[in-house]
Amino acid sequence: MKSHEEIYNLLKEKFGDAIGQSITNLPVESFIEVSPLKIHEISYFLRDDNELLFDNLMLLSGLDDMNDKKVKQEDGSIADVPGTLSVVYHIESTSFRHKIVLKCSCPKDKPEVESVNSIWRSADWNEREAYDMFGIIFLNHPDLRRILMPYDWEHGFPLRKDYKNPEFYQGMKVPY
Amino acid sequence: MGLLDQQFADDNIVITKVDDLLNWARLSSLWQVGFGLACCAIEMMATSASHYDFDRFGVIPRASPRQADIIIISGTVTLKMATRIKRLYEQMPDPKYVISMGSCSNCGGPYWEHGYHVLKGIDRVIPVDVYVPGCPPRPEALLEGLLKLQEKIRNESLVKKDVA
Repeated sequence: MKSHEEIYNLLKEKFGDAIGQSITNLPVESFIEVSPLKIHEISYFLRDDNELLFDNLMLLSGLDDMNDKKVKQEDGSIADVPGTLSVVYHIESTSFRHKIVLKCSCPKDKPEVESVNSIWRSADWNEREAYDMFGIIFLNHPDLRRILMPYDWEHGFPLRKDYKNPEFYQGMKVPY
Repeated sequence: MGLLDQQFADDNIVITKVDDLLNWARLSSLWQVGFGLACCAIEMMATSASHYDFDRFGVIPRASPRQADIIIISGTVTLKMATRIKRLYEQMPDPKYVISMGSCSNCGGPYWEHGYHVLKGIDRVIPVDVYVPGCPPRPEALLEGLLKLQEKIRNESLVKKDVA
C-alpha cells in the first residue's frame, strides 16, 4: 500500500513534465494533475507496474472547471476567454488496496483527452457520458457517441456552465 | 347508472341503452399498456399487486399497445422517451385513454426548471384524460384516478355532439 505522496513521486520521476502538481489540503480527496495527451501512457504504467497494480477504474467523470473569463480588450469590448474542462479518474488497486485520483484539464475550445478504454474497459461508457454531457473528445475511443441524450441532439452539451437549453426539440417545447 | 335495474321477469333478458352497454363494457375492462417509467411505476406495480388489486377494476397489463385501452404515464418523461411514448400511443386502437400519473408527467415535477432533458408535461405530446397528482401518488390516488376515468367513460355517448 502506497500513499498519495509516494505515488506522486514515482510518477514525477518517471514522467517528468507530463505530471503536474499534486493538490492536497482539500476537503475532498487529493489529486494529481496529469497532461491530457499523456494519460494513456501513464495509466498503462499505473495498471501494470508491479508496485502499483491499479487494476480498477472506479469512476471517470467529466467536469466544467467554471473558469471562463471575460477580458476587457484595448478597444473597450469584452471578449470571452474560454476556460477548461477536466476529466477526473478515481482508480484503485484491489491487490494493494491503495487509491489515487488523477485529473486532466483541457481547453474548452479544443477539449481532447486520450481514451483509457483500452486499459480499463469500464472507461467505455464513462467516457461516452463525459462526451455526452461536456463534449470532451476522447482520442482513440472505439465508439464515441452520445449515451444519455438523444442521438440526434444538436443543442450542445448540457452540463457545461455556458449551456443554453433550446426552445424546441423535435417540435416539443422544452422550457417550462 | 342502473344498467341491471331495468329487467324483465325472465332472467335471460336485460334492457339497456347501447351507450350504457358500450360504456359499461369499456370502463370495466380497461386493459393497460405494460409500461412504466420511474418511481411512479413502482407505485403502479404496487397498485397492480394483490393488496390493491387493479385487476378488480379490469385493469390488466398487456404486453402490446395494440391490445390496450389505456396507457398510464407513470414517471419522468424525458425528451428521448417522449418520442417513443407518442409512438406507443399512436399504436393503440381507439378508443384509448391516458392517465398521467405523478408530478413529473403532469408538469415536469422537480425537473421543471433545470431538467434540460425532461418534457414539462406529457400533455405536450399526447392528450391526457386524468391527471393524478403526487410524487409519487400512493396506490389509493391512482385508484381514484382510475375511478375518475371510469366516470368519464360512463358519460360518453355515441351521439355526435353539435359543435356550437
